[in-house]
Amino acid sequence: MEDFYKEYILDHYRNPRNFGELEAPDATAEDLNPLCGDRIRFDLRIDGDGRVSDVKFSGKGCAISQASASMLSESLKGEKLEDVARLSQDVVLENVGIGISPARMKCAMLGLKVVKSAALGEIATWPDEVPVAPSRAVNDTSR
Amino acid sequence: MIATRDTRAATIAADFPILAQTTSRGKRLAFLDSAASSQKPQAVIDALVHYYTHDNANIHRGVYELATRATDAFEGARAKVARFINAAEPAEIVWTRNSTEAINLVSFTWGVTNLKPGDVILTTELEHHSNLVPWQLLAAKTGAELRYITVDAHGVHELGDLDEKLRGVKLLAFTDVSNTLGTIAPVKMLVDAAHAVGAVVLVDGSQSVPHMKVDVRALDIDFFVASGHKMCGPTGIGFLYGKRSLLEAMPPFLTGGDMIREVGYEKTSFNELPWKFEAGTSNIADAVGLGAAVDYLEAVGMDWIAEHERSLTAYALDSMEPLVARGLAIYGPKDRAKRSGVISFNFADIHAHDMASILDTEGVCVRAGHHCTMPLMDKMGWPATARASFYLYNTEQDVDQLIFGLEKAATVFKL
Repeated sequence: MEDFYKEYILDHYRNPRNFGELEAPDATAEDLNPLCGDRIRFDLRIDGDGRVSDVKFSGKGCAISQASASMLSESLKGEKLEDVARLSQDVVLENVGIGISPARMKCAMLGLKVVKSAALGEIATWPDEVPVAPSRAVNDTSR
Repeated sequence: MIATRDTRAATIAADFPILAQTTSRGKRLAFLDSAASSQKPQAVIDALVHYYTHDNANIHRGVYELATRATDAFEGARAKVARFINAAEPAEIVWTRNSTEAINLVSFTWGVTNLKPGDVILTTELEHHSNLVPWQLLAAKTGAELRYITVDAHGVHELGDLDEKLRGVKLLAFTDVSNTLGTIAPVKMLVDAAHAVGAVVLVDGSQSVPHMKVDVRALDIDFFVASGHKMCGPTGIGFLYGKRSLLEAMPPFLTGGDMIREVGYEKTSFNELPWKFEAGTSNIADAVGLGAAVDYLEAVGMDWIAEHERSLTAYALDSMEPLVARGLAIYGPKDRAKRSGVISFNFADIHAHDMASILDTEGVCVRAGHHCTMPLMDKMGWPATARASFYLYNTEQDVDQLIFGLEKAATVFKL
């Protein structure tokens, strides 16, 4: 696990990219990991082609959840919303590298879950995961 | 040569087989999470095995020898718990799954029958969710008001306005030791003040009865709850103590078998105490296991356990002190006489979960998160804390291992 706290993880934790909130986002979702209190919100701006034109995330929590969300935020611009909705856990594992203990997997995956929820307009789940409450996802249908 | 306190703790640790293991990384296990759940001595494990191997049968009904032995073991365990907390009689001990169920029992029976709109339930800002959520729901159900005794930045009760707070109070419910900050409440003073206004008092003893001598009659406590798994006993068994007069007047909680005297198609009369509150086949084996845990704790001596934890906590606080200059924040009462063997902390900008992960790589088990006290964490402005908690089997070597882990975390996070 100590191998997991690489230089770039600490860098993203202490200097998160795309950190903040968008005014009147086209899609947004927020969730927390009730076990540890990690909280992440993703706001997306969607252009006329249905592609992500801007992204901001906010929240607080452990280095793993925050760095993972920060790295994820860097790969979203220009992506089609339906592709964001289909992102798999592999993208997170590639971002953060191997070595996350099972107990911390939820931390690493929180940002992905939230951004997929924003894109889907409903709570994203994985086949092996039951949704955890409280949770909310809002998707503006007016775009 | 007289064994020192720490060598006696090491001898005690040898009674707990789980502590002998090394982690998958080959580290010695330093178990510092007993406030969440304690480990079990061989004597308790043996009691469970013995019960299932030799005595198992349903209780209170059978006429054969096995059933008699099972009943004796089950009721014998109840008597041990009664003696352990100095209840007047075993009938004042009701088996529950844990503290949470015991509190809910009081809320659903005494609470629903005795509270009306305008009445006040008084609790504290330190409470575990188990001693908070049931009262929120009871207040909503009955129209009663839920009020809080506040705590200061170190988690110490602010009692300057207690008389005002007690106005209209029908129930005072508080934890005698905070699971998050280790604050020890002024129990007798609070009980007496509540009784002076005619209120009933429930004390959540989850974090006290495993660690120190508790005398419910000397303290004049009305209801007292605890969980077996935090006091060297099995999971799934806990108890409610209630004064006979209160328990007698309360309606039953769960209903069905075992809690009845006579059942007709139209009408049922209920069993006497304590079985009135024990519907269905009880958790017999784990009650017997808890009885063995009480025997074990008494053999070690509650005064010795309390003194050992006090010394070890002081050793830990002294050992952690040099790290404060590097950003270590230690929470809880500054007055060591007011804190138990629980130390909540954060280290610079290392999130508690990252801290727990790094400590885990060194074999050190601590809790990280909100410790089921989310309102308290919000009030203090901490998203999470790491928490080390001590018990009779912990030694200075465990603390040294914690300090080594803290140093490592500082290195990993380049503090």
